[in-house]
Amino acid sequence: MFMFMFNTLKTFPKGGIHPPESKLSVDRPIQRIPLPANIKIPISQHIGVPSVPTVERGESVKTGQVIAKTGGFVSANIHAPATGKIAKISEEMDVSGYRRMTIMIRVAKEEEWADGIDTSDALRKEISLTREQVLEKILAGGIVGMGGATFPSHIKVNVPKGKKADVLIINGAECEPYLTSDHQLMLEKSEELIVGTRILMKALDVNKAIIGIENNKKDAIDKLSALADKEDGISVEALKVQYPQGGEKQLIKALINREVPSGKLPIDVGTVVHNVGTTFAVYEAVQKNKPLIERVITVTGKSVKEPGNFIARLGTPVSSLIEAVGGLPEDTGKVISGGPMMGKALNDLDIPVTKGTSGILILPEKESARAKSKVCIRCSKCVSTCPMGLEPFYLMTTIQRGMNDEAEKNRILDCIECGSCAYICPSNRELLDYIRLGKATVANLIRERQSA
Amino acid sequence: MDSKLLTVSPSPHIHQEQTISRIMYDVILAMLPAFAFSVYVFGLGALMVTLIAVLSAVLFEFLIAKYLLKREPDILDGSAVVTGMLLAFNVPSNLPWWLVVIGSFVAIGIGKMSFGGLGNNPFNPALVGRVFLLVSFPVQMTTWPVPFESRMTLTDVTTGATPLGFIKDGLKNGESLANLMQDVPRHIDFLLGTQPGSLGEISGLLLILGFLFLLIRKVITWHIPVIIIGTMFVFSGMLWYINPERFLDPTFQILTGGALLGAIFMATDYVTSPMTVRGVVIYSAGIGIITILIRVFGAYPEGISFAILIMNAFVPLLNKYFKPSRFGEKVKNG
Repeated sequence: MFMFMFNTLKTFPKGGIHPPESKLSVDRPIQRIPLPANIKIPISQHIGVPSVPTVERGESVKTGQVIAKTGGFVSANIHAPATGKIAKISEEMDVSGYRRMTIMIRVAKEEEWADGIDTSDALRKEISLTREQVLEKILAGGIVGMGGATFPSHIKVNVPKGKKADVLIINGAECEPYLTSDHQLMLEKSEELIVGTRILMKALDVNKAIIGIENNKKDAIDKLSALADKEDGISVEALKVQYPQGGEKQLIKALINREVPSGKLPIDVGTVVHNVGTTFAVYEAVQKNKPLIERVITVTGKSVKEPGNFIARLGTPVSSLIEAVGGLPEDTGKVISGGPMMGKALNDLDIPVTKGTSGILILPEKESARAKSKVCIRCSKCVSTCPMGLEPFYLMTTIQRGMNDEAEKNRILDCIECGSCAYICPSNRELLDYIRLGKATVANLIRERQSA
Repeated sequence: MDSKLLTVSPSPHIHQEQTISRIMYDVILAMLPAFAFSVYVFGLGALMVTLIAVLSAVLFEFLIAKYLLKREPDILDGSAVVTGMLLAFNVPSNLPWWLVVIGSFVAIGIGKMSFGGLGNNPFNPALVGRVFLLVSFPVQMTTWPVPFESRMTLTDVTTGATPLGFIKDGLKNGESLANLMQDVPRHIDFLLGTQPGSLGEISGLLLILGFLFLLIRKVITWHIPVIIIGTMFVFSGMLWYINPERFLDPTFQILTGGALLGAIFMATDYVTSPMTVRGVVIYSAGIGIITILIRVFGAYPEGISFAILIMNAFVPLLNKYFKPSRFGEKVKNG
């Protein structure tokens, strides 16, 4: 009760949980995963319309060359993450568990980069491109939100007419337990991140940016603060360690005290949020002309021999990453792409790493199965925990009984699927499962209503 | 890589450690100090009443679940133990064993299982049992053993009135409050627990200790107990301020009777309290006000049991009309 008096760290006001942080791979330097013999690149690595392949079977491709271009407005380019020959284009299982169109490249021995890509590690500070050129580079580079949502970034930086951002937020919260990829990136690529932030500020035409970092990453806060002090308009804010601090709406509320209204976007309250991974990718695309073909991934788990942070080319199978940490532990029960709160469980380890893969988490058998669900004892913990102010127990009931109108009225679509309700429920009820189902049902009903 | 069968399920993939049974056992632990003290003060009677209440509650839950509802009984979840203990806490420690069994049957059979068992009952089961006993067997339910006397016997105990009952009777007979107050224990005695009363309600300090334990274990939040006691204090304080000759002082009100027991252990029952903070505020304030109204103007000297049951009845309405404040609802940007 008295905690709030001493706690000056910023945070979101409603709900939230504090699961064990379990950051096992903290401080492990980013290591490169060697290229496998074959890589698989799904043409749908982002939210929105799948990309359209521009290569054919048998064709040779260079690293960084476009192999699939945007399929619509909400879409993104996809580039060859390696040099080689297109072995086949077929339907393969991806992280969603569905079979999706996938381009397979047989990797050549010698790497050859596409023209105009600066592959050196040299830091390029000066931003010589105009705003329009920057936007073009972000679009051309196939950049999507790398925190997990994979929303194409070029849409977020290209603010529609009539709307205006006045502050840019860089999301370095990394509130998911276990994951440390953003943390390590902030430590190793601090200067690049500051340049990336400047680029995004230029693209959005704002003169203020805030980098929000959870307070369990003090070294990253210190390092970026020292750099930000030398820049105009960039500041670093320490955030309370509280899940889901990195949820876009929660982060905006915590940092600039604005609430994104139901069904609206951050730009409607004058801000745009980009993840640190995305910011680094923007730096590379704009300053080095290097498209998004690789990313930092945490590979971790309590039974894993050597948890660590890695950089892998997109299309690398998950199994290659697991080999890099000493192989799959004996007691493995579940392998998750992403963190334990929002990640997806994999049923196959040949699934390739994509633009949204922030981590691979290996859970032991005994933590893999859910406990049996019991009756709702109306403890109201799901209600007090929901960061969106919803009533998960009630939404679950409405969906079970087919009361879709009631679910809609009670703002089921506001759910950010953070999983706090299902985490906290002492009866282990399948709250989020039903809410997800309900969101899909209600969204369909709304579409039908609008087209009618 | 060797193909191994992997578990696949939707997120989240981790879960906190609190379960229904852990919550129930925490509640039992929180009641133990007050229980042990009651055995110390009232002797064998307190022990017997509690044992009978708990065992019969568990037995009734088992039998009804298995033979009437025909489903797997889940008595290990501890909820029937809690109901039994709470019932025992709310009756005199010399209550005849067969009345305890009847109380248990009404609590579990009618109060809980007839609505479908755990999670479905609108009214606090232990209070349903208690109030049933109070209106059906008023003599036995208002005959209180005197602390520290006849501790080793189950019959022929020395009895006396509770402070609230004593004052209510006195006022009815036209005696002045000031005179009556000279014959009741001082405030400190209520905290320490040396006045007559129900089995588990006598020691305010140990009940507060249980409250702190429940807070630390995150079983309950502070809202319900603090708002009930606070409302009782403010409301009775207003009456007392208007006429101290006629009305009891607010400190006396919150320390006597079942106020602390009701506010900490009965009103906080998950199933029968509201789901949102807004609902909880109205529910708790309602309990505080009704308790004082019954104590001051009603026929009974104590009213928190009735107050909780009355407000239990409003919980579905409170849940319907007092939604949580939604994120992005009141937009004050800038």
